Amino acid sequence: MADNKGVMIFTEVVEGKLAPIAKELLGCGRKLADELKEELSALLVGSGVASFAAEAIAFGADKVYVVDDALLKDYRTDAYVAVVEKVAKQANPRILLLGQTTIGRDLAPRAAFRLGTAVTLDCVALEIDTSSKLLLQTKPVYGGNAQAIFTMETSPQMATVRAKAMSALVPDNARKGEVVTVAAGLDAAAIKTNLLQKVVQEVEGVKLEDAPVIVSGGRGIGGADGFKQLEELAKLLKGAVGASRPPCDNGWVSDTIQIGLTGKIVSPDVYIAVALSGSSQHLAGCSGSKNIIAINRDPEANIFKEARFGVVGDWKKIIPAFHAKAKELLGK
Amino acid sequence: MNIIVCVKQVPDPEAPPASFKIDSTTNKVAPQTNIPPVISPFDEQAVEAALRIKDAKGGKVTIISLGANLLRDVVKKPLSMGADELVLLEDPAFVDGDSWSTAYALAIAIKKIGQFDLIFCGRQAADWDSGQVGSCIAEILGLPQITVAKKVEVVDNKVKVEKVTADGYEVIEATMPALITVSNELGAARYATIKGIMAAKRKELIIWKPADIGADTAKIGVAGRRTKMHKLFQPVREGKCEIVTGENEEDAAANLAKKLMEVKLL
Ligand SMILES: Cc1cc2nc3c(=O)[nH]c(=O)nc-3n(C[C@H](O)[C@H](O)[C@H](O)COP(=O)(O)OP(=O)(O)OC[C@H]3O[C@@H](n4cnc5c(N)ncnc54)[C@H](O)[C@@H]3O)c2cc1C
Repeated sequence: MADNKGVMIFTEVVEGKLAPIAKELLGCGRKLADELKEELSALLVGSGVASFAAEAIAFGADKVYVVDDALLKDYRTDAYVAVVEKVAKQANPRILLLGQTTIGRDLAPRAAFRLGTAVTLDCVALEIDTSSKLLLQTKPVYGGNAQAIFTMETSPQMATVRAKAMSALVPDNARKGEVVTVAAGLDAAAIKTNLLQKVVQEVEGVKLEDAPVIVSGGRGIGGADGFKQLEELAKLLKGAVGASRPPCDNGWVSDTIQIGLTGKIVSPDVYIAVALSGSSQHLAGCSGSKNIIAINRDPEANIFKEARFGVVGDWKKIIPAFHAKAKELLGK
Repeated sequence: MNIIVCVKQVPDPEAPPASFKIDSTTNKVAPQTNIPPVISPFDEQAVEAALRIKDAKGGKVTIISLGANLLRDVVKKPLSMGADELVLLEDPAFVDGDSWSTAYALAIAIKKIGQFDLIFCGRQAADWDSGQVGSCIAEILGLPQITVAKKVEVVDNKVKVEKVTADGYEVIEATMPALITVSNELGAARYATIKGIMAAKRKELIIWKPADIGADTAKIGVAGRRTKMHKLFQPVREGKCEIVTGENEEDAAANLAKKLMEVKLL
């Protein structure tokens, strides 16, 4: 551990952009690095990603390791684990952070165990313990019913971080940093999985993660027709439609709009929760919302414990009347 | 096809949040009275994924479950769904580990079983939500992994998987043996059949202690943890919900719209 220094961020590039989670991680990593009085580095892995180094520096990195190789165009576990192993052994960071994303949750455990260390997935808070200098890793457990704080004494100390749990810095294009290119050195034969196809299920309208208003339906909506009404309301409010898990499992809506522990993490200004009970696993994905509005016929439903405003009753009566009044008030 | 599925017994994750309590003196979760434990839901779907392959290709499905004082009715459920064999790693020395020490024990038990083409795990267990045991087993055994699967098929001696992503899915192929973790998008697990329940009752379980699998006791359970838990707590939620009312539901709904306008949320 004595030789390990600095904080390293695995910075993902998604759809030709530095991912929001990468910026959030750099913001969080900057704070940790400053506290340790050590360096913050970013690790950029992919094909054609070198150009993002400057942006990573603007968002807080002192140094950027770039591993650019055609074999890294698509994420494949074996290739990315090998790259993370190589760079981590070269740079010896004290702390290595990734996003709790499709890639992060697949890559982090395997890379951690390859490096002889461990990782805590899906952290919502990270702090340096003042006496031991160890990274305190706070993670929701039991579906969000509780939180646990973990540490590890192996290096690097690794964690993945939940979307929207950390804040990005305001980018400073005047910041200076160093760029280090590392050869991937991959053996194509050692990559045992093959990506055959990527299927994107487009959802119309505003993107769920960016929507300022979300109208979210639960099991009580009862079917795809009910969700049409929620869609119309979302359109009026310039928002997006989300769902708890049962509507996705039942095929009423696309799996990609599931909100929660194992779905999307959202934090809109307004989250209208309709006919969903507010399970801890669902709240894991929406408790960061600024205002939760609950509509449920059960006055004891857990969602009312999280909500700022609520109406008790049948959504089939409430949603149309609410829609009509909101339309009138908005002058549309 | 020889298929192994790792299955964990957990407190029922669908129990009402209000029934969840922590014993702050021991840093442990207080047992839920009146709510029986279950198989972690993603693990049950991992069993389903295995059985679908058995249905298509034939073969044998072996379940491994690690714990102490496991409830037979709970851990036998995969047998009643159609699995063939149940191995319990049952000993106090195995429990309270982290992903690493748990995966170590499972991996050497899998080595002892010997023959396998596919290993299935749930994407994460519903208690600690660690989401790592599958990857760790794959790493220890040197296997390719495909995580968060919603469809798994065996085609031409390869495993072909639809992996859930943030905006859709990917179709990924791997050589076998391989390790796959399963997500709820796979679809509901089948029900136990009467015949299955009878067979499960009669089935003799295989119970292995650390010495039976040649486990290094420093690497299993609590002793083998690489992560230490400092604190377990329930975040306080200061819920103050204003219930908007009216003469009837429609009226309450209109009042809600007015209220939201007032506080500039509309
Ligand atoms: C490991 C794990 C991970 C999970 N991940 C997620 C996740 O990411 N996201 C997620 O959402 N769930 C997740 N779940 C599932 C979760 O535990 C709950 O089962 C699920 O969130 C319940 O969805 P719901 O609230 O829509 O349904 P229910 O709990 O059945 O609630 C339905 C609600 O609708 C109300 N209702 C019914 N009819 C009407 C009506 N006509 N008018 C008004 N109200 C009505 C009822 O009062 C009730 O409160 C996960 C579970 C596990 C074990």
